[in-house]
Amino acid sequence: MARHTPIIELRDLRFAWPKQALLLDIAEFTLQPQQRLFLKGPSGSGKTTLLGLLGGVQLPQSGCIKLLGQDLSQLSASARDRFRVDHSGFIFQQFNLLPFLSVLHNVLLPCQFSKLRQQRATARHGSIEEAAQALLLQLGLTESLHHTLAGQLSIGQQQRVAAARALIGQPELVIADEPTSALDADSREAFLHLLFSECAAAKASLLFVSHDQSLAPLFDRSIDLTELNRATRKQEY
Amino acid sequence: MHLLRIALSSLANRRFTALLTVFAIALSMALLLAVERVRTEARASFASTISSTDLIVGARSGSINLLLYSVFRIGNATNNIRWSSFEHFAQHPQVKWAVPLSLGDSHHGYRVLGTSEDYFTHYQYGRKNHLALREGRFFNNQAPFEVVLGAEVADALGYTLGQELVLAHGVAAVSLVKHDDKPFTTVGILARTGTPVDRTLHIALAGMQAIHIDWQHGAPAYGNQKISAEQALQMDLQPKEITAMLIGLKSRMATFALQREINQWSGEPLLAILPGVALQELWSLMGTAEKALFIVSLFVVLTGLIGMLTAILTSLNERRREMAILRSVGARPWHIASLLILEAFSLAFAGILAGLAFLYLAIALVQGPLQSHYGLYLAFSAPTLYEWQLLGAVLAAGVLMGAVPAWRAYRQSLADGLNIRL
Repeated sequence: MARHTPIIELRDLRFAWPKQALLLDIAEFTLQPQQRLFLKGPSGSGKTTLLGLLGGVQLPQSGCIKLLGQDLSQLSASARDRFRVDHSGFIFQQFNLLPFLSVLHNVLLPCQFSKLRQQRATARHGSIEEAAQALLLQLGLTESLHHTLAGQLSIGQQQRVAAARALIGQPELVIADEPTSALDADSREAFLHLLFSECAAAKASLLFVSHDQSLAPLFDRSIDLTELNRATRKQEY
Repeated sequence: MHLLRIALSSLANRRFTALLTVFAIALSMALLLAVERVRTEARASFASTISSTDLIVGARSGSINLLLYSVFRIGNATNNIRWSSFEHFAQHPQVKWAVPLSLGDSHHGYRVLGTSEDYFTHYQYGRKNHLALREGRFFNNQAPFEVVLGAEVADALGYTLGQELVLAHGVAAVSLVKHDDKPFTTVGILARTGTPVDRTLHIALAGMQAIHIDWQHGAPAYGNQKISAEQALQMDLQPKEITAMLIGLKSRMATFALQREINQWSGEPLLAILPGVALQELWSLMGTAEKALFIVSLFVVLTGLIGMLTAILTSLNERRREMAILRSVGARPWHIASLLILEAFSLAFAGILAGLAFLYLAIALVQGPLQSHYGLYLAFSAPTLYEWQLLGAVLAAGVLMGAVPAWRAYRQSLADGLNIRL
């Protein structure tokens, strides 16, 4: 991988759900390594679909979508699944975790589906369990919580577990979809700072999607999806 | 394997439904196995209702009819056979022993069997078991008014030794004509056999003759025609007719020859049957019911499995989030599908194990009563090959059922992707 290969590169991307109007039409979009990008996207702007495309779950009708220089449309469905877990971590709005697994096992999940992340975690911390524990401790989750069921934690704690899970095994990209919307203002910023420092430590880029403009100044860059997406602009006019 | 752990943890999270599902499968499985065991054992025990008797001889009718009235005390003989015929064949050179049977009277719906002391020596059931006494003694051929009760007769009617009882003419449960001028005394009670012997009152042939001695044209005598019990004892109580006879041979090789000889005897129209063959014929008649029972229990198992299918399918929708989370951490659609197959497998497997536990628990509980009341011995044995096959088939059916939700989840997770819906 060349040093300056963008983490995400979209070009002339067009996507529509079957029998529906064009939903996404993006001329160009890039995310550079270790960049923190704020993507403002109100509901209905196609942001969930965009995340699905970035995760390789859907493919665009036309245009190019590259992650780490790899064109996703060149890969088979299962190769995209593998590529997704190898190189990206996801944090969702809330209820991110499997409530019936322990905190530790939730964090370990990506390592169980990705050899690459398992190797990276082991290389850095000795074992995947130690990697998970180190991350959880850095995110302020004390050891006594590691073996409790994830469903028993508070929302704020759950989001930090989700962050640990997204970061374990150092994926190049962390995609966060409104991870702070269920948190109050104070814990929102605290969570963001934790996330930033952990992404920096893991040398991961962060794509942060939210409708809350007030968070935008904290990021390196801020983009409005409604402006990026020509399909919604057309609808508005 | 981590998928199995996820499946089990997810099941533990829904433990109430999961336990109910396992319970339903376990009950149906235990029922299936119990039916299978009981029917195997019932067939074996039925086939050994009478053993070591080579031929049963009665008036010419059908072989099942003869078997029914002579062994099972069901139905009636169409005709009697002459005492002289009995003597003729009892003295046959091939015959080792012969026991006369005389039927036709009853007591509170239980049949009365007039026979000789030899009956207790030669009648065998099961794996060559002889009749045994629980209390008292066998009757004496010379004492006509003694009765030996079958175990069920004694228990059901609450009779003990020394009990005086009156026999009724005919075999209906409610009898209008009673032999109340000649009461009998209980001298013995037999141990349980699980055969029709338990439901029989045994008296000497002489007793049978005595209670009918003053009867004329099938009706009791009136006034001075009556003969009292004391007077009867002074008279010749040798019967003129009996209902059937059991024959044991010196050599089993002679069975067919003697059977043919009896059937073709010109002295009286007789029928000789091989009890084993007739029992098989009779069982094949009842085999349909046995098969029906088995099929019903198969359907119960199917119901249990469909219950499992319903439980998994209804859980699918509320678990879309679970699936999406798994997809986001790299699970491929076939992982999601195998998760559900594993879930079905775990439920079916746990159900089968619990079913086996229920079966053995049930055997432990009913083994004693079943043995003493019905003569059915349910062994505490490991599952037979056939039972293992049944268990395997049910497990396979469970996994096959799991393919339905697995397929749905597969489609669903392809459509949903990382999209989490509440």
